Amino acid sequence: MLARRWESLILVLLVAVCVWAALGVDGFANTSNVSFLLLDTTEIALMALSMTFVVVAAEIDLSVASTLGLSCAVLGWLWNAGLSIEAIMPICLMVGTLCGAVNGLLVTRLGLPSLAVTIGTFALYRGLAYVILGDQAVADLPAAYTTPATQPLIPLVLVAALGVGAAVLLHATGVGRAVFAIGANQEAAFFAGIRVKRIKFWLFVASGAMAALASLILTFRYASARADNGVGLELAVVAAVLLGGVSIFGGRGSLPGVLMAVLLLGVVRNALILADVANEVLNFVTGLLLVASVLVPNLGALWRRRSTSQQEVP
Amino acid sequence: MKTRAVAALVGTALLVSSCGGTTKGDAAPQQSSAPAATANPNAPLKQGLKIAFLPKQVNNPYFTIADGGGANAGKEFGAEVKEVGPSDANASSQVSYINTLMQQRQDAIVISANDPNAVVPALKQAMSAGIKVVSYDSDSGQDGRHLFVNQASAEDLGRTEAQLIAEQIGGKGKIAILSATPNATNQNTWIDFIKDELKKYPDMELVKVAYGNDDDQKSFTETQGLLRSYPDLKGIISPTTVGIAAAARYLSNSPYKGRVKLTGLGTPNQLRKFVKDGTIDGFELWNPGDLGYLAAYAAAALASGQITGAEGEKFKAGKLGEYTVGAKGEVLLGKPTVFTKDNIDDFNF
Repeated sequence: MLARRWESLILVLLVAVCVWAALGVDGFANTSNVSFLLLDTTEIALMALSMTFVVVAAEIDLSVASTLGLSCAVLGWLWNAGLSIEAIMPICLMVGTLCGAVNGLLVTRLGLPSLAVTIGTFALYRGLAYVILGDQAVADLPAAYTTPATQPLIPLVLVAALGVGAAVLLHATGVGRAVFAIGANQEAAFFAGIRVKRIKFWLFVASGAMAALASLILTFRYASARADNGVGLELAVVAAVLLGGVSIFGGRGSLPGVLMAVLLLGVVRNALILADVANEVLNFVTGLLLVASVLVPNLGALWRRRSTSQQEVP
Repeated sequence: MKTRAVAALVGTALLVSSCGGTTKGDAAPQQSSAPAATANPNAPLKQGLKIAFLPKQVNNPYFTIADGGGANAGKEFGAEVKEVGPSDANASSQVSYINTLMQQRQDAIVISANDPNAVVPALKQAMSAGIKVVSYDSDSGQDGRHLFVNQASAEDLGRTEAQLIAEQIGGKGKIAILSATPNATNQNTWIDFIKDELKKYPDMELVKVAYGNDDDQKSFTETQGLLRSYPDLKGIISPTTVGIAAAARYLSNSPYKGRVKLTGLGTPNQLRKFVKDGTIDGFELWNPGDLGYLAAYAAAALASGQITGAEGEKFKAGKLGEYTVGAKGEVLLGKPTVFTKDNIDDFNF
């Protein structure tokens, strides 16, 4: 119920910002700007898809941008070593999958909190990326791949297809219901016969794989494979997921909401830059949206808790 | 299921690699498009040009001065000069700014590239939309700009920094370099020349290149780390304004003050105190205000059709006089200035 209302709120905000930008910001409403805007959100959207599952299951993966960086570094390193790009791409996806599996194993088998584990691997994977590629930037990537990546078609189709797939998986299948159940109450889910650890493990694997997929798009889009690709993106991803109405405590959220939030953050950013708003203000606005997204849905709950506790006192 | 999926992926990878595919060797050499337009050296500078400065990072004192120089030049020839940019010096964050500047139909973009490669596709698009592109401070790939306004030749800077430290430590002992990010184009070129110049000093040894990522705290910690790892260190070269200030701050409050020499690139206002208290004997820099000033004039000359970016073309840059476009579209600002306690008070930037 609340999630549905939140989604509508984000949609209204998105439409409002788009209308404002189209009318009030010169250069916003034209095809080339809209395609830049959509391209700029591709990587965030891809990683937000899998992050939604992870956060709904009451976990978090802060290592996604570092996984992306590691995958970029591997790509650059193997390309320099003379491997074909068609062979490198599946290897990068495997590297991402492996990174996710390590997170998943540490969380599920050793029972460590995902926040701590992925802060650790956040540093670990990025560090490894620098070990592999060092300070180089590998830029002589084939135009057959870099040119389509700067056109919105392929990235958009990819995000749309995976987005629909992920939405169906989360909202219309037993797996999705299990993920919600785990996030709402892990023990109850376990006693209801849901294989909690197994599902969580695969959520982290998916998160790693999506980060690697995002790394391919990002590398081709910028025609530059570097160990520091995508620094800080994990925050943009988590921001979009929370703004999209996914509860940081798990058990609640919707994929369409998250995708709209990705778009909303992208539009706000693009319109404010076009309007020559300083970068600090930009960060401030993003931060404000994020705090509001965590605070507002919980206000009701906080208020109820307060009033009930007052009633209990005689 | 897991093993099968992995096996399938490995299989695909091997299959594809054995069938060939696109490798590094296949990549066709990139051809740079020669400027097709013809120059009219007598064209007057247009009025009301829109010129945008896109530094590596906004709120960086160095770029604030440089872009301020550009704004001053703009006032002289009646242009609208503004500064936009990311607050983090990350490689890809500049691209979305280039795209928005294109949407705003600026007449010229003056950019200091964080990643010389990553900005090229976006800059090329801007150029094909008729926007003139001048790189300053840190060059972009050559196909991504019309002109590069070079603050000082890399060779001059690198060699003079090595000479400065050699002079300060008497040509003998261990030295280290505290640089910016590991992939900063400028710093890496200078460091190559520093290393080459050091060959002339057989008693000096470069023990480490540390990276402070142009972050004050990280540079401070790296300095601390250098002195812990090499207690007999004699000198540090920091070819970055953030690094040298952080290193000076650490040294001035440590027992190494005056014993470990520090030189590199910095601004007088930032380092005045450390020159006066004896932490630093001398450091060097070009005048960043002049750099921005020259870049703005170069951008205006391009946008007015005075020059196209071809070698040998000449243009006037206000108070700085006449400049000639060199090979590869480079315009050289001039020799670096060395600041010591004797002359530092003559400079206020």
